[in-house]
Amino acid sequence: MERHIASIREQFPILKTQVNGKPLVYLDNAASTQKPTRVVNAIAQYYNTSHSNVHRGVHSLSQKATQLFEEAREAVRAHLNAASSDEIIFTKGCTDAINTVASGYERLLKKGDEVLISHLEHHSNIVPWQMACERSGASLKIIPMNHKGELEWSASLLSSRTKIVAVNHVSNALGTINPIQQIIADAHAVSAAVLIDGAQATPHFSVDVQTLDADFYTFSGHKVYGPTGIGVLYGKRSFLEMLPPYQGGGDMIKTVTFSKTTYAPIPFKFEAGTPNMAGAIGLHEALNFMSDIGLENIASYENQLLQYANEELSRIPGIRFIGTAENKASVLSFLVEGAHPYDVGVLLDQMGIAVRTGHHCTQPIMDYFEIPGTVRASFGMYNTMEEVDQLVRGVMRSASMLV
Amino acid sequence: MTIQEIQSEIEEEFGFFDDWMDKYEHLIGLGKDLPLIDPQFKTEEHIIKGCQSQVWLHAELEDGKLFYTADSDAIITKGVISLLIRSFNAQTPDAILEASTDFIDRIGLKDHLSPTRANGLVSMVKQMKFYALAFKAQKQNT
Ligand SMILES: Cc1ncc(COP(=O)(O)O)c(C=O)c1O
Repeated sequence: MERHIASIREQFPILKTQVNGKPLVYLDNAASTQKPTRVVNAIAQYYNTSHSNVHRGVHSLSQKATQLFEEAREAVRAHLNAASSDEIIFTKGCTDAINTVASGYERLLKKGDEVLISHLEHHSNIVPWQMACERSGASLKIIPMNHKGELEWSASLLSSRTKIVAVNHVSNALGTINPIQQIIADAHAVSAAVLIDGAQATPHFSVDVQTLDADFYTFSGHKVYGPTGIGVLYGKRSFLEMLPPYQGGGDMIKTVTFSKTTYAPIPFKFEAGTPNMAGAIGLHEALNFMSDIGLENIASYENQLLQYANEELSRIPGIRFIGTAENKASVLSFLVEGAHPYDVGVLLDQMGIAVRTGHHCTQPIMDYFEIPGTVRASFGMYNTMEEVDQLVRGVMRSASMLV
Repeated sequence: MTIQEIQSEIEEEFGFFDDWMDKYEHLIGLGKDLPLIDPQFKTEEHIIKGCQSQVWLHAELEDGKLFYTADSDAIITKGVISLLIRSFNAQTPDAILEASTDFIDRIGLKDHLSPTRANGLVSMVKQMKFYALAFKAQKQNT
């Protein structure tokens, strides 16, 4: 893989950008990844040659657009190894996918029921469940974490009252890979459903929803080298059929009269309105791109980057890693003793280095560590060891100015 | 000196730096020298919450002129605060209400005063003017 990085980088024109007069070092991949030319071209090609509304017209162009859209669905199915493409719903993103499930559960939950989420969740996997609990009278329970940023999982957190467990596969703030296989097995033993937020897993390694036995699995297109505004909700057929629809509108109905509407079968029941065809087609191309590089290659290369960054940053006096789980993916959160993360971020930006600073939409994690935020470097397949060196030099330079 | 004169002076001062590091080192130095807010005012009431960093601001009127003190948890934010305070301090409410903060753009620190930075500074400028307005109203009522 290392031999191919130069040619991979060639496919991402934005990586040649200058920031503040310095070559861009893009280490904010957990927030969003950059797009290879072939993804941008696939979208342009779609609009230039195949665009029309889907599932509606008898005319050829509509058929063509529909076919491309449904091929994208099939590509996502294959990527996640879902049993059927009916189980793949296109959404606006990961947040939208989680809201689709949470708002359906809001109508299924009753007072006395419990929803279990974890201390490590992104706000996107907290707030929708809080809303569902508030409106249904169910209560929200939290899987605790330890000082390494690992979940303290125990099956005793579950009971017959637990209706659904929602946890992320990988934490966006700390990079922790959570023991979801175990959580899913334990939850199923008490007949609770499980939603896995895969926003930070899908960019880095392959996911097999059938092996995991997840009932719902969600992710965003823009974090897997695809376009913004598209995401995926995978749900097992029986769960999607049981779940009430999220939004009403065109495309999601079978028949409409003013007294009663019957809903279309899945996946269309959850895709009200004209879908994001261009987004789905761009996502299809992005998944092809990842497969061409090879998900195993991506995972092992990014692990090398992570390890190297960990070793090199450790040499900096006063550095403190937040999140030191045994099992991590592609994310390094840290603080420099005596320096506010915002200040470090501002100075790194002056050197052309893009990192994220702040609470990363995970305020409960920051509260646990009693910190205002962290500096987070997150790696993608196109990052290099030299860029890690630049980060290390940048952090040292910032520290010398600030502390 | 008028606010404008002070701001031109700051611009001139920053004009000496052509290297970003020197500029930021100067800014960090100014941040460290900021006239700090009295701990008794470092309360919820005086906090301006940004997503990235937060700011505390207090103002007092003396002989018809405003005096600000402030603090922030981030030192670069404090540096920018110190520039704003230096340009507004010992001025009348009317002068402050009319003043602009464009000098921040001209010394190349525009990004720090942008709403997308979420560092609390945009709200702080509003709050500084709000104090001026409040003192002006108070004066008119007495
Ligand atoms: C773990 C996790 N869940 C959910 C989301 C939300 O994704 P989006 O904003 O694309 O809907 C993110 C994105 O930051 C994330 O990292």
